[in-house]
Amino acid sequence: MSNKDAYWNKTKNHMIVTLVLWAFFSLVIFMFGSELNTMSFLGYPLAYYMTAQGSLLAFVVMLFWTANKQEKIDEEHGFSEREED
Amino acid sequence: MFKGNFIDNLPKIYGTYTGGFFVFIILMAIAEQAGVSAKNIGVMFVAFTVLIYALIGYLSRTIQVDAYYVAGRQVPTVFNGMATAADWMSGASFVALAGGVYYGGYTYMAFLVGWTGGYVLVATLMAPYLRKFGCYTVPDFIGTRYGGNLVRACSVFVLFIASFTYVTAQINATGTIASRALGIPFEAGVWVGLISILICSMLGGMRAVTWTQVAQYIVLIVAYLIPVFWISNKVGGGVFPHLMLGDEVARLGELEQQFGLVKNSAADMKAAGVPGGLKYISGTHAGVPEGGMAVWKYLSLAICMMVGTASLPHILMRYFTTPTVRAARKSVAWSLFFIFLLYSSAPMLATLSKLALMDPNLPTGIIGKSISDVQSIEWVQRWSEVKQVFIADFNGDGILQLNEWFMRGDVVVLATPEIAGLPFVISGLVFAGGMAAAMSTADGLVLAISNALSHDIYYKIIDPKADTAKRLLVARVLLVIIGAAGAYIASFRLTSILGSVAWAFDFAMSGLFFPLVLGVWWKRATRQGAIAGIMAGILSGLTYLLWVYPKFSVPIFGGVNTPFLGIDHLRFGMIGAPICLVVMVVVSLMTKEPDAATQKMVDDTRIPTGKAILGKQH
Repeated sequence: MSNKDAYWNKTKNHMIVTLVLWAFFSLVIFMFGSELNTMSFLGYPLAYYMTAQGSLLAFVVMLFWTANKQEKIDEEHGFSEREED
Repeated sequence: MFKGNFIDNLPKIYGTYTGGFFVFIILMAIAEQAGVSAKNIGVMFVAFTVLIYALIGYLSRTIQVDAYYVAGRQVPTVFNGMATAADWMSGASFVALAGGVYYGGYTYMAFLVGWTGGYVLVATLMAPYLRKFGCYTVPDFIGTRYGGNLVRACSVFVLFIASFTYVTAQINATGTIASRALGIPFEAGVWVGLISILICSMLGGMRAVTWTQVAQYIVLIVAYLIPVFWISNKVGGGVFPHLMLGDEVARLGELEQQFGLVKNSAADMKAAGVPGGLKYISGTHAGVPEGGMAVWKYLSLAICMMVGTASLPHILMRYFTTPTVRAARKSVAWSLFFIFLLYSSAPMLATLSKLALMDPNLPTGIIGKSISDVQSIEWVQRWSEVKQVFIADFNGDGILQLNEWFMRGDVVVLATPEIAGLPFVISGLVFAGGMAAAMSTADGLVLAISNALSHDIYYKIIDPKADTAKRLLVARVLLVIIGAAGAYIASFRLTSILGSVAWAFDFAMSGLFFPLVLGVWWKRATRQGAIAGIMAGILSGLTYLLWVYPKFSVPIFGGVNTPFLGIDHLRFGMIGAPICLVVMVVVSLMTKEPDAATQKMVDDTRIPTGKAILGKQH
């Protein structure tokens, strides 16, 4: 398998992992909204907290994480860009 | 004043600008103490900020194609994040989001999840690859990847429908805010708004829009956060409302029980003469509605907004302006961070505003008080005059019940500072913020449309030999025409007929999402597949919208149709996008696989290093 193919496989797997996390925070937890709302976090009902703030925060963290991880994959396979001036 | 080149000095320049803006706010506060009228403070806030944007627009003028279309591809990561956040957060987000949460509670907040979660799709599926490709516009990618003028024209068609739906709403918002802040009629406000928008974008294209959007982001975020924190401290919500409003949310639940959530009949509301667009609280704030259908409605709305976000050209094109692929990825993360600052504050503002009105223990509370007392409050009088709030004593007991208090959603943002007794300087600041939000989005949209028409239709299809001067002239003329058309339609106040901002997301996801994703992730996707997919997606989505939306279905189909599986007019992308996917895959598999050159192009797109597919200037 060529280096390019190996790179693309890793990138694809990374994409899938990211999208699974994304689906969890955007869809799966809200399938159980009424159950979650019986629990509380910071004094907020949990489902309310997640839709008002929690999931949003998870997306932000996820995006920084995913960009860093992808940069590592770039480096491993020698496709890392030199910062241009 | 500054040594070195412009890009290196950005932190200093915008730091100075932010400092200057705070000084201006303080000067206005002093002016208010000195007896300058509230109206004049509003005028000064809007005029001063708009002048600054115009100045930035003028200083960023350019005669270069790549500066005009993609800001010369030198916008640093964090600044591009701010510009995207301003591009993204519209006048509607700024003014209406908190109002939406105020009335819709948990159910409405599917929009919050949708409008942020979409960026995960942008970052993983689209932005880095489109940046590597080196396109100027979104149809430029589709036209080059699939090859041919027809597929290019089809994608311009979708872009036009989606962005134009959005832009009239933005110009409308600009007009509303300009008219209120400057005290001029709405129609005049629309044209004032348009001129401000054009000054920011015409001379410098994407470069000018980028640097004004950064300035607009700073104004809008300051204008949103200061009142939220101030009000929270004033009504005892805690120093840091985002982490400390748990008790307030619980208290709202108690108050809902105490006052009772009553649904008014349409006949009662008509008899009482409630003005159109005003709403009352009839649902819970934090409660989750029971049942599978409620869950499905939440999820389908979130899906439409997320997938739509990842397909909207005016957002995607912001990531064409970064220096590298890596910067494009990081820039998406920064964009979402800057968006998060405002979006996570909207529910807090809604909570505080609701509590301020509902809690009888607070001096600001009005529910449960006598109606004659409430009617003598100054802000109630002011907002009643312009038909933004209304009281109807249905049970005739002279006491204001929860279901007897009507208010337009926008009032939550525009009037809460006044309700909580903050000085008027804050209300002036909020006007400036709303204006910044509406202008920045309108700028991005008008530019997305006119760039697609000038680059993809005029240069690529009609006159490929045109020289730079002619291309830029055409681009600017189109910009003015598109802006004027948007303002003309907005001045008729047709937006209630044109419908919701959500439609733009549904149109974009129906026609663009899968052609963009599969263009990168599936080499087998062919030109014929893309053409068939785009047209099947957008036309099926459009047809479903006409069928399901009562204002259209009554004249066309002669009656109101029940939405299929709960997919109403806000969610018609749930019909268009799957049809687009199926048609595109089937037709692609039926046609000959793309030639070796196209496959190599896709391979190169997937790798961050190496030359872009399209040259620096093309």
